[in-house]
Amino acid sequence: MAEALIPILIDWLPYLMQGILLTIGLVAAALAIGFAIGLPMALGQIYGAKPVRYVIEVYVWFFRGLPLLVLLFLFYFGIFPALGLDFPALAIAIVVLGMRGAAYQSQIFRGAILSISEGQMTAARSLGMTRWQAIRSIILPQAMLIALPGWSNEYPIILTDTAVCYAIGVMELLTRTTQIVSQTYLTMPIYLACACVYIALNYAGMKCLNMLENKVMVPGFGHAST
Amino acid sequence: MDQITFLTQIIAPAFASGLVMTLALIAVAAPFGFLLGCAVAVGRAYGSAPVRLLSRGFVIFCKGCPLLLLLFILYFGMPSVGIMLTPFVASVIGFVCCNAAYNSEYIRGAIHSIKEGQMTAAQALGMSKWQAIRWIVLPQALRKAFPGITNEFIYLIKYSSLAYMITIIELTGAAKMIATKYFEYNETFLCVGIVYLALVTVTTVVAHFIERKYAIPSGHAAGSTAA
Amino acid sequence: MQVRDTMMDTDCVLKVENLCKSFGSTRVLFDISFSVKKGETKAFIGPSGTGKSTLLRCINQITEPDSGKVWLDGEEVTNSGPRINFFRQKMGMVFQNFNLFDHLTVQKNVEIALLKVRGMPQAEATKKATFELERVGLADKADCYPAQLSGGQAQRVSIARALAMDPDVMLFDEPTSALDPELTREVLEVIRMLSRQGMTMLIVTHEMRFALSVANEVLFMENGTIAERGTPDDIVNGPGFERMKKFIGKIEEYR
Repeated sequence: MAEALIPILIDWLPYLMQGILLTIGLVAAALAIGFAIGLPMALGQIYGAKPVRYVIEVYVWFFRGLPLLVLLFLFYFGIFPALGLDFPALAIAIVVLGMRGAAYQSQIFRGAILSISEGQMTAARSLGMTRWQAIRSIILPQAMLIALPGWSNEYPIILTDTAVCYAIGVMELLTRTTQIVSQTYLTMPIYLACACVYIALNYAGMKCLNMLENKVMVPGFGHAST
Repeated sequence: MDQITFLTQIIAPAFASGLVMTLALIAVAAPFGFLLGCAVAVGRAYGSAPVRLLSRGFVIFCKGCPLLLLLFILYFGMPSVGIMLTPFVASVIGFVCCNAAYNSEYIRGAIHSIKEGQMTAAQALGMSKWQAIRWIVLPQALRKAFPGITNEFIYLIKYSSLAYMITIIELTGAAKMIATKYFEYNETFLCVGIVYLALVTVTTVVAHFIERKYAIPSGHAAGSTAA
Repeated sequence: MQVRDTMMDTDCVLKVENLCKSFGSTRVLFDISFSVKKGETKAFIGPSGTGKSTLLRCINQITEPDSGKVWLDGEEVTNSGPRINFFRQKMGMVFQNFNLFDHLTVQKNVEIALLKVRGMPQAEATKKATFELERVGLADKADCYPAQLSGGQAQRVSIARALAMDPDVMLFDEPTSALDPELTREVLEVIRMLSRQGMTMLIVTHEMRFALSVANEVLFMENGTIAERGTPDDIVNGPGFERMKKFIGKIEEYR
């Protein structure tokens, strides 16, 4: 069977590569949007007024409590059409993954910020910094270092989540793989090859993140790695 | 058709049968996922070199491969090598593998955090390695890993929805079918969302109580230094 | 002293012969030989890092020696394969850090080996555990957890746990080193009581006065060998034992 596999993979390589690139793009977009929305959300949850905190907590509860599949269906079939927005599946997937990522990431950042001792803020204020200056220059940099390992763990989760976007027809790696299978009937080897690609993407991504961690880490912010 | 009728006469019965299927999937997958997770964690911590390699390979595969792909492999791929699995069995196997892989990471971390002296004392009393693991290390490790295991259980509740992608009409599948038939997408999916939120919230509350119940009291005898 | 070491001694409970152990390139034990008769207490003293703890751990094979043999009641303990679990039941070990099982109550800590290793029925195990806890004076703490005990109490429970297995010999690995001074006394009292009751014991300790008062023989270890050995009488009153006396003097300086 393996002999049949290689020619097929070579034939379909461009098609698959598009899927791989799209998958990577989805992951990057989800992580970026998640960061851009999640960090302010964390700050809002810690330092904001009560109504702000309430709204954020409901948001987090909603986006973490619903299965990704339900969220995709809800936005693709329900919300976007109801708002009259005729967006392609890819855009909707990015929105959903981004908003969901924000919910998870906000909690990671929140945990990191809360773990920083009160003394840091006190010292900063006693040097004459405003609250916002202290947050920006003292608290956040430390929080980012503390959050990095937990944030890195989001990567493999979002990577495997992109596969669920198959359900709304996004032409990422899994969808394209099923297309190839339906046209060549070489089911098992192609699926297993696809699994290997995901595992390789996982490994490569984690390696990059580990390199980033090692570059950025400062003594005293060590974390236990399993 | 007004909303109330829609809710009570269409959604409620369909969701009921879907919910039963979801609960069935979870009820079967969760215990096996837990036991396999323990076995893999113990294998990686205490096993011989081939056992450790096999366990590590299992974890890398099941964590790196998307669950949906795993389900496709089990349901669509297996028949081509002669193994026919029903959608239910394929789903359960997929869920068990995924759940076990993540559980084993939490449990393994907890095992490593148990002091070496516990194992030494157990062996000094004449316990074999496996007796010591079973009666001394695991009970402590599982308590430490409990929050992680609960977390994974909540993920299981949510990714049980993927069973719909291999033809099982569980909760999400029921919702999709109703939504498509009656063109009521927002209402239906929001309703099913509420059901999942309820499941998740109840689990969190129950887990909190269980954790409190089995926690080991840590107090200090008055006026003396604790060990 | 030679008489004590003959192999033909019928009431020789424990015999250690030419025990050697190295960790990497560091030689920790070199050619250690001695024997212990029933009811005797032997104390091991010496500077830290001279392998005293390693010696005890090699006796019950928690650490495997590189060479040498250990006999318990005439049977060889070294190279005994799975039978080692049987031998360990007959050797009670008490650790510097107690190593009580954190998830079990005091009662259960003492019972668990009886239940799981000996296969004793629950009622019998409970009775035995309660007896041993009373023996060390902690019957009222039976339902507490290790985290709720003081250091001295925890160590006494640890002794009860080892005693419950009815060992032929008790191995004490610096039993009071991790304790605050005021808690040391209660543990030493229990050990003294066991000695009076005829228990065969090996004690590694820094408590010089205690060692001299309770042991039949004190062995001074330096650089992985037994440098000097003698009865407390000989050491205190007699000539010689220069290195031991110097070491004891150094420790006593800080008291």
